[in-house]
Amino acid sequence: MSPLDFTTKELDRLFDLAGDIEKHKEKYAHACEGKILATCFYEPSTRTRLSFESAMTRLGGRVIGFSDAASSSASKGESVSDTIRIISCYADICAMRHPKEGAPMVAAEKSGIPVINAGDGGHQHPTQTLTDLLTIRSLKGRLGGFTIGLCGDLKFGRTVHSLIHALVRYPDIRFIFISPEELKVPDYITDMLRAREIPYEEYMSLEDIMPQLDLLYMTRVQKERFFNEEDYVRLKDFYILDKAKMALARPDMLVLHPLPRVNEISVEVDEDPRAAYFKQAQYGVYVRQALILTLLGLAPQT
Amino acid sequence: MLNVGKIEEGFVLDHIKAGKSLSLYEHLQLDKLDCTVAIIKNARSNKMGKKDILKVECDINLLDLDVLAFIDHNITVNVIKDGEIVDKRDLELPKQIRNVIKCRNPRCITSIEQGLPHIFVLADEQKEIYRCKYCEEKYSERGGTLK
Repeated sequence: MSPLDFTTKELDRLFDLAGDIEKHKEKYAHACEGKILATCFYEPSTRTRLSFESAMTRLGGRVIGFSDAASSSASKGESVSDTIRIISCYADICAMRHPKEGAPMVAAEKSGIPVINAGDGGHQHPTQTLTDLLTIRSLKGRLGGFTIGLCGDLKFGRTVHSLIHALVRYPDIRFIFISPEELKVPDYITDMLRAREIPYEEYMSLEDIMPQLDLLYMTRVQKERFFNEEDYVRLKDFYILDKAKMALARPDMLVLHPLPRVNEISVEVDEDPRAAYFKQAQYGVYVRQALILTLLGLAPQT
Repeated sequence: MLNVGKIEEGFVLDHIKAGKSLSLYEHLQLDKLDCTVAIIKNARSNKMGKKDILKVECDINLLDLDVLAFIDHNITVNVIKDGEIVDKRDLELPKQIRNVIKCRNPRCITSIEQGLPHIFVLADEQKEIYRCKYCEEKYSERGGTLK
């Protein structure tokens, strides 16, 4: 339901498994043969749904499901509790995306099969956080001991909030928040960081702090979060990461982005070896494979 | 001066903020009990000026008092047996409260799912913060309402 449902030890096991899947794809090609994943998407999210479907298919399992509420019985007014009871009869595991916050938790309470939260409104998107953590761990070789810059919409961006909560459990992390005044990270997060004595700084300019960063996590300013068009237009292109800014960064700094990006990362950065956001999507499949195996009790015992 | 007699067995809930006794009556679901209940409103109090008192004559194991701490932990709970105070209970914030307050987040699943209880979990004991179990929205007087 939340990335914090796993202890850091459990996450290590999950990421070790994901790493093994990356290295030995064939070994896992039939691991879920005879198993069915139901993708219950009450709102469209092609990227996340395909990532789950790809993960299950690469494990040799099969996928059933729906991709928006209109094509499901929810359009007839069926409750989440009823739907999951039925899905439990059809599938062995379920990935649920729902616009209402907490819906996958309701499903998990009523379900006879494991339920993975594939995003619930503005609340949680745990598999994105797992993807981010695996990407950092795989490409940096560690979780902890770095300075991470988070840039863009830090107020509404749930991926940012989840990532911060997940990272504070690791040692020696310094956060640098880069956002316009209107999109600053919420107080409850800075309160939490202060209470845990975790260093953080807030800036408006990206250029100034580029040389200090080991990681830069860019986010999109989402149109749907704004009440008026004017504010959105003013803020949407506030930060654009381009070649000139990348020139200020360390040679081993990595750029991450939960995708889709709009204008905040210029396409000219894509060829830069430090651009890790497409690799991130690949790690998203590995970590979902590892998660499915683990929740189905099919992960090899270590 | 109005006099309300002693009770033999039950609870005397004292030092209730003046005017709040009826809301407590509802939350403790006293309407469902077939026993004597005295609601004393605006009684004189040295400590508070005015206060409410609830006297409930019932089996002392019958009432779930957890909800009291959530509403007002300054309330004094006197447990009565054989007409005497046998215990004064300290109120502790309940870890979880069910169907007492309602999540007002319009994006929360509780806003559409039929029959789903409104459950709030104690997220920060020191700051007395409760959050919706499902969407984690913080309860505040403005954000949620007493049912």
